[in-house]
Amino acid sequence: MLLNQFLLLAAVLFAIGVYGVLARRNGVLVLMSIELILNAVNINLVAFSAVRETVGGEVFALFIIAVAAAEVGVGLAMVLLLYRNRRSIDLTEIDQLRG
Amino acid sequence: MTELLTLAASTAPGLPLGITEGGTWLLRNAWLIPLLPALSFVGILFFGKRMPRGGSELGIALVGIAFVLSLLTAAAWIDHRDNFEGEEVHRAVAVAEHGDDHVEAHAEAHGHPSLGVHNTVTWFEMNDVAFTVGTLVDGPAVMMLVVVTLVSLLVHVYSTEYVAGDRRYTHFFAFLSLFSASMLLLVVSENTLQLLVSWELVGVCSFVLIGHWWEEKPNSDAALKAFLTNRVGDMGLIVGVTILFFTVGSALPGQFGSFSIAETNALAGAGQLSHTALLVASCCLMAAVMSKSGQFLLHTWLPDAMAGPTPVSALIHAATMVVAGVFMIARMYGVFFEGFSIGGSSINLMALIGGTTTLIGACLAFVQRDIKKVLAYSTISQLGYMVMALGVGAWTAALFHLFTHAFFKACLFLGSGSAAHAVHSFDMKSDMGGLRKAMPHTYRTFVIGSIALAGLPPLAGFWSKDEILVGTGGWGLFGGTGGNGAYTFMLIMGVITAALTAAYMTRCIYLTFFGEFRGHGTPHESGPRIVVPLWILAGLAIVAGFGNLPKGFPLVPESFQERFGHFVEPVASYFPSITHATPSWSLAIASTLVVLSGVTVAGWYYFVKVEAASKAAGESLTELPDGLTTKYPLARMGHTLLVQKYYLDHLYTDVIAGGTKGPVAAAAYKVDQGVIDGVVDAVGENAVKAGNLVYHRFDQLVVDGIVNTSGRASSSAGGELRKIQTGKVQDYAAILFAAAMVLAGVLIVIV
Repeated sequence: MLLNQFLLLAAVLFAIGVYGVLARRNGVLVLMSIELILNAVNINLVAFSAVRETVGGEVFALFIIAVAAAEVGVGLAMVLLLYRNRRSIDLTEIDQLRG
Repeated sequence: MTELLTLAASTAPGLPLGITEGGTWLLRNAWLIPLLPALSFVGILFFGKRMPRGGSELGIALVGIAFVLSLLTAAAWIDHRDNFEGEEVHRAVAVAEHGDDHVEAHAEAHGHPSLGVHNTVTWFEMNDVAFTVGTLVDGPAVMMLVVVTLVSLLVHVYSTEYVAGDRRYTHFFAFLSLFSASMLLLVVSENTLQLLVSWELVGVCSFVLIGHWWEEKPNSDAALKAFLTNRVGDMGLIVGVTILFFTVGSALPGQFGSFSIAETNALAGAGQLSHTALLVASCCLMAAVMSKSGQFLLHTWLPDAMAGPTPVSALIHAATMVVAGVFMIARMYGVFFEGFSIGGSSINLMALIGGTTTLIGACLAFVQRDIKKVLAYSTISQLGYMVMALGVGAWTAALFHLFTHAFFKACLFLGSGSAAHAVHSFDMKSDMGGLRKAMPHTYRTFVIGSIALAGLPPLAGFWSKDEILVGTGGWGLFGGTGGNGAYTFMLIMGVITAALTAAYMTRCIYLTFFGEFRGHGTPHESGPRIVVPLWILAGLAIVAGFGNLPKGFPLVPESFQERFGHFVEPVASYFPSITHATPSWSLAIASTLVVLSGVTVAGWYYFVKVEAASKAAGESLTELPDGLTTKYPLARMGHTLLVQKYYLDHLYTDVIAGGTKGPVAAAAYKVDQGVIDGVVDAVGENAVKAGNLVYHRFDQLVVDGIVNTSGRASSSAGGELRKIQTGKVQDYAAILFAAAMVLAGVLIVIV
């Protein structure tokens, strides 16, 4: 089994995720892109763990999946509140923290 | 963990832990008690709105069952304490000579050892470290189970009337239940990790309940303040727990670390752990106690927490949650006892913090207008008493005071709530006064609670307070002996506080219940759901003190003396061998006289002078028009200092927080202007003195120029830097990814 293929897939996923986070203006899509990044990491972990024949990586991947689920829950709740308050989920419009 | 422990017991003569895996069903299954209110929380949250009484009936029922279970557990413990002869759990460690002697000496001195009932399951296992959850049921845990469930049950009942018609009625009961569950989980915790989790849970419940009426800004501010102040201390808890984990691991052969409370304490007590590590860990844990139990420097959140509904104040900010810190010290006493070298010394950090807190809290209680704030500062002061008692080694006295305090302080808080419910205000000076006729039950229970708090015999507070004073061991003056050291300083602090406590409660009673009514409308006595809990608590405030009559008390058979100490104080190797002081009549009489003098002075001021002035003025006054503060500037300054709460809030918000969040560029500019410029000016003046015009020009043109330029430069740098702060999340993300890329690049280049 070649490790390269997995790592390439993960790298591509990661890059797509980063592009999404930086370029999309829709809050929900940004959240989805974050999921892509996390899953890219998961692929790496599982791939390494399979090649090295340990279970540590898989355990971590499971943890990441659980945490990511919680994170999406919170993130979607925030997006929902944003929508309720401002009738928009365009991230570029939210700049109350401007210095 | 269980298997490992018993295996070790059969193979190696290790250090006994003073715990057992046996015991009756009730003691082994104490996890049921926190589970019930937790179920109630879930039930109320999901079905509360559909229930006829908004979910309160579910809360009362389940907390009631938990209370009954706690009583049964207490009964089982009383039987277990003296009669259980099961096998003790040992752990294989290279035990020092000292360890064995120590344990045996301890057991000989106290008779039958109390084997704490230990029941754990492995939560998960990683790299041979087992993370367990479970219960450790022993004296202090059982005592807390009873206190928490009882106060919680009464507060649940009281709340059905107090918050009746509230828009978040169901939500309120849900969180009362969750709070009870977390607190009960905390007291039965078997390991520090579980303790930490439940510690945070009670913090969250406190936050939610203080901010129950969050629509008003002060309430949500108070909730945030409580939460954030507690976060400061929680860091100490996390760090302390981590240090202990690794320290214990270093003493256990072939193990990475351990969270087990019994193991940690036993190893600390046997002298197996490094003293430095224990000292650092104790200091970290102390920070947690300071925030949770409102000790001096981090106590500022507690008075503000009175923004929450009164039942919450009674349950959380007086009787139960704030004693979590005290309980934590009591639980980890082996660590603290060794870490702070409590035995045989005359001062240590814990005793000092406790003593300071008890004094400053009592002083602050004098200047409050709000009845709940008086009680809040009184709570701070009494918590200081408990921490001080633990600091001087009077463990049993501290827990006994916790026990009695829970009853009379809950009684006082609920009483203040009842009075405030009638007049729709907490302000004693403008809206209360003369309530004794309108509210006879509230008045009587409040007075009983106050006497118990002030510590007049034979009410509860007297016995516990006196035991603490005895336990300081610093009273050679009265011919006393014993104690763990000579904490004379703490004794003096305690006695002064006793006088102050009596005086401020006299003031509070006068302002609330005597004189003429100063508010609007006609106040009425509250309904039975408020009055009955008040009377139950007042009754307990009268009798609770008899639970621990001192040894050698006349007219009472020996089997009724020191019952509380006998059943609550562990006689096991996970508990340090503390020395008990012998009580004395002279100290008891002296402290009673001190309390009486406090009552007399305050009583004379309010009941004689102010009363007379009120008659003369024809209206109900709350203080003398020409009192000390108007006559003497020093007294006025002291009063202002107290009203401003020693300026601690200013220190925290204006100086520390303001200083940190202020724009960096402005700060840099100020440094330029203030410091560097000042230095330059001084140089310049010297130059003038030397009469050297060239220097002067150099100074003006070059040095000043540099200074001004650097000032301008940092100011404009700040201006440029703030452009990065666009407030747009994606710009931040871009910076983050860019930084990650740079770091990754550096990593590749280096490696």
